[in-house]
Amino acid sequence: MRKRTRRGQRGLGTPHALRTDPTPQTAMLRAAPPLLSVQPTRALVDEQFSVLVEKLPLACPVTVRSLHHSEDKDDWEAYGFYVSDHRGVVSVSEDLSFGGTYTGKEPMGLLWSMRPVPGSRSGLRLRRRNVCGPMLVNILVYSGHEGFRGRAPLASVLTERWHMAPGVQRIKVGQEGVRGTLFIPPGPGPFPGLLDLWGGGGGLVEYRAALLASRGYVSLALEYFSAGELQSADVEFSYFETAFNIIKEHPKVMADRVGLFGLSLGSMVSLYLASESTVVQPRCIVCISGNYCYPRGQMLRGVNENLRKYFDKERVDENNHHIWRDISLEIIKDPAEKVNVSKISAPMLLVNGCDDQNWCTVETAEDITQMMRAVGKEHLLSKLAYPDTGHLIEPPYSPHFRATNFIVDITKKKVILLWGGQTKPHSDAQEDAWRKILSFLQHHLYGSPTLKARM
Amino acid sequence: MDRKQCCVKLSVQPSRGLVDEKFVVLVQNAFPGFQLTVHAHHQCEDGHGWEAFGHYTADATGTVNVSEDPSLGGTYSGAEPMGLLWSLRPVPGSKPGLRMRKKNVQTPMEITVSVYQGHQTEGFVDQVPLTGVVVERWYMAPGVQRIPISEDGLTATLFLPSGPGPFPGLLDLWGGGGQLVEYRAALLASHGIASLALDYLTSKITMETGKMVDNQYFETAYRVLQQHPQVLGSRIAMLGLSFGTSVTLKMAVYSQVVKLRCVVCISGSHVQPVDGSVEQILSFFHKNADKTRFNEDNEAIWRDLLLPIPTDPSLKVDVGRLQCPLLLVVGEDDQNWPAYESAMDMKEMMERAGNSHLLTILSYPNAGHLIEPPYTPHARASSFRTVSTRLKLMALWGGQTAEHSRAQEDSWKKMLAFLRENLYGGTDPGARSISHL
Repeated sequence: MRKRTRRGQRGLGTPHALRTDPTPQTAMLRAAPPLLSVQPTRALVDEQFSVLVEKLPLACPVTVRSLHHSEDKDDWEAYGFYVSDHRGVVSVSEDLSFGGTYTGKEPMGLLWSMRPVPGSRSGLRLRRRNVCGPMLVNILVYSGHEGFRGRAPLASVLTERWHMAPGVQRIKVGQEGVRGTLFIPPGPGPFPGLLDLWGGGGGLVEYRAALLASRGYVSLALEYFSAGELQSADVEFSYFETAFNIIKEHPKVMADRVGLFGLSLGSMVSLYLASESTVVQPRCIVCISGNYCYPRGQMLRGVNENLRKYFDKERVDENNHHIWRDISLEIIKDPAEKVNVSKISAPMLLVNGCDDQNWCTVETAEDITQMMRAVGKEHLLSKLAYPDTGHLIEPPYSPHFRATNFIVDITKKKVILLWGGQTKPHSDAQEDAWRKILSFLQHHLYGSPTLKARM
Repeated sequence: MDRKQCCVKLSVQPSRGLVDEKFVVLVQNAFPGFQLTVHAHHQCEDGHGWEAFGHYTADATGTVNVSEDPSLGGTYSGAEPMGLLWSLRPVPGSKPGLRMRKKNVQTPMEITVSVYQGHQTEGFVDQVPLTGVVVERWYMAPGVQRIPISEDGLTATLFLPSGPGPFPGLLDLWGGGGQLVEYRAALLASHGIASLALDYLTSKITMETGKMVDNQYFETAYRVLQQHPQVLGSRIAMLGLSFGTSVTLKMAVYSQVVKLRCVVCISGSHVQPVDGSVEQILSFFHKNADKTRFNEDNEAIWRDLLLPIPTDPSLKVDVGRLQCPLLLVVGEDDQNWPAYESAMDMKEMMERAGNSHLLTILSYPNAGHLIEPPYTPHARASSFRTVSTRLKLMALWGGQTAEHSRAQEDSWKKMLAFLRENLYGGTDPGARSISHL
């Protein structure tokens, strides 16, 4: 007789791969599963967690796996092969993984080494859209190593990874024609501010601004052209000045402590604003994977003119992934197209990957250094250049994307762009860079009270 | 605008934690030697305000680490990482006799932690703090399922841990106040134990018929848990607090149906008419109601109702017959039940019977009756309405806040270890080998 199963509220979905419905008759004879615990189960995306498996048989091979079902309905996973010790324990923070998507002692390997499960579409990139809720990541334990996917998990724990800390406010911005989302930390304020600029992919990307607000900065994630629409973008630099002012004039912002934070094309915009704008006077600037080539006298879509001019320098690798690095090397030869960075008087942090296959960011940083040195302003510059690291330097523990789908504005074709980097060094770089970025921002935007006392 | 200390930074990690998890509160970027107050505020579900605060002095780097630095005063003193939570008390002007208990476990408690300039003791609501953050405290871990149970006449809620299972199970019983209290079962499920919170004094059947449940009600609850496809039927424990202890001990020793892997009894006693139903046990207590004392604050002390511990064996659960491990948790300042005296008597009975190796007693000086999950506020006395008398009184539970809170933290840790050891450890047919999977 089949006994009634009571399945009340299933608040959080369990992917099909995980459901086990053992028959009640065997319920009495089953062994207790291993005890899996993750601490904390709810964390911000830049916080570490520890994964512990206890009550395993001794010297038992197990696989610890992470599984995430994305908003785009793809499944992402990472896994490590472990062997339990003399107490029947596996500690992901302390023990070595002998194989899987990461090896060695890697407390956070279950997150940064994630990749689409076998059979997924190609060229995928994982980017959180809804920052009001967490990314749900399931951590599972399986017996054995090879072939674990064919077995039911022994135990699993659901964890939440958040971009927004409790109390952070999310406010859509629509005034003065500026499109974006403002994130405000909890508390009375006032706070320093940041204008957060992403790159050539376009659209409105909120997650980094949400995370920066969770770290104490009023942050505006700015949309300055729709995805794939750079070609027709009608964006003038006054748009960015207006956006900067929106932050500056916010009642919860310290007007003289607003900085710029840009990645890729966003870096270029930041450098241009800092050097040419009379309105934007950033307290400091963070440029990740930055370029500094600005189409003089043109609107932002002029960026594509340079691309078009040297597009014959585009290469493809053995996987048919498109490399733009050589295009950029041509572009930077023309001094007329470079932002006059020597006019910048704010401290700058340049963060680059030495294996950037999209833009010659390291050469760019060197050139910027020369330009600053020539006017005696080199002391304003801090540079980080990470070996085997690519273009997409994201918040820590984000998976590494060596190459992903991209719609090229000027050809309207969908290609796979090579960003570069090797997963392990790139992930180390993301972790190190974020820590240094936060420290840089804290130093320049929160300041040191002892310095103030001396003034 | 005074900008002297505008840039003080406050962080609490984790910002979203389980109720029994520790957090680290860090203040940075203050002037060295600066005096400040770290303050916590919570508005509970009933709308009352609760607050706690500690006085600190920033060190040479302008930092205060609440986990390491001593509070020089406030609602707690000394180095107390979690003082901002366990020393929470109703804000000035609140009505007396309040007790904080979360009803809706599917949402977190929200605490606002703030930093104020100087060493302040009052008027926080009229000031703007230097900085503040919001912290969430959850009874339910992600993936824990909450399943209301009403089959077979039960009024209960089952909490299943995250994961495929199957899991060891636990029956969770509270005391004489009745109601369906879910938070402890939710927290235990967050630690891997499928827990059934059972209302046995104000169940739907009792409210409708006016009749108390009989012993079969508990056996039914046990069966429902045991037969659940995600519960390991041979690994079930029972946990009772206060009057819940009376029921738990009775079931553990006398029930032919209920077979327990281990038992936890908090702030309770084995003294009861051995063959009695819930109703009969309650009237046994009521018969001694004239032994109720009142202190100078008119708070009711009920510990004498069961004293002296009787020698008559028909008035005590025969714990000498117990066949599974028993953990007793008692507060030596319990003013509501004679838990300590009962524990000593149970120890003697078990020593005489030769099963005292099953017994562990955790006895805490200056801890009171309400030994709850850690980092929740201590109520030395609160408004209480017993199910039987329907009288509303101020009951004296006992305990001194700092020591009671230490007892909560220590006993919870040890209780979890005891449950894990007995429910996850040990042998079973086919246990310790996962080759069949």
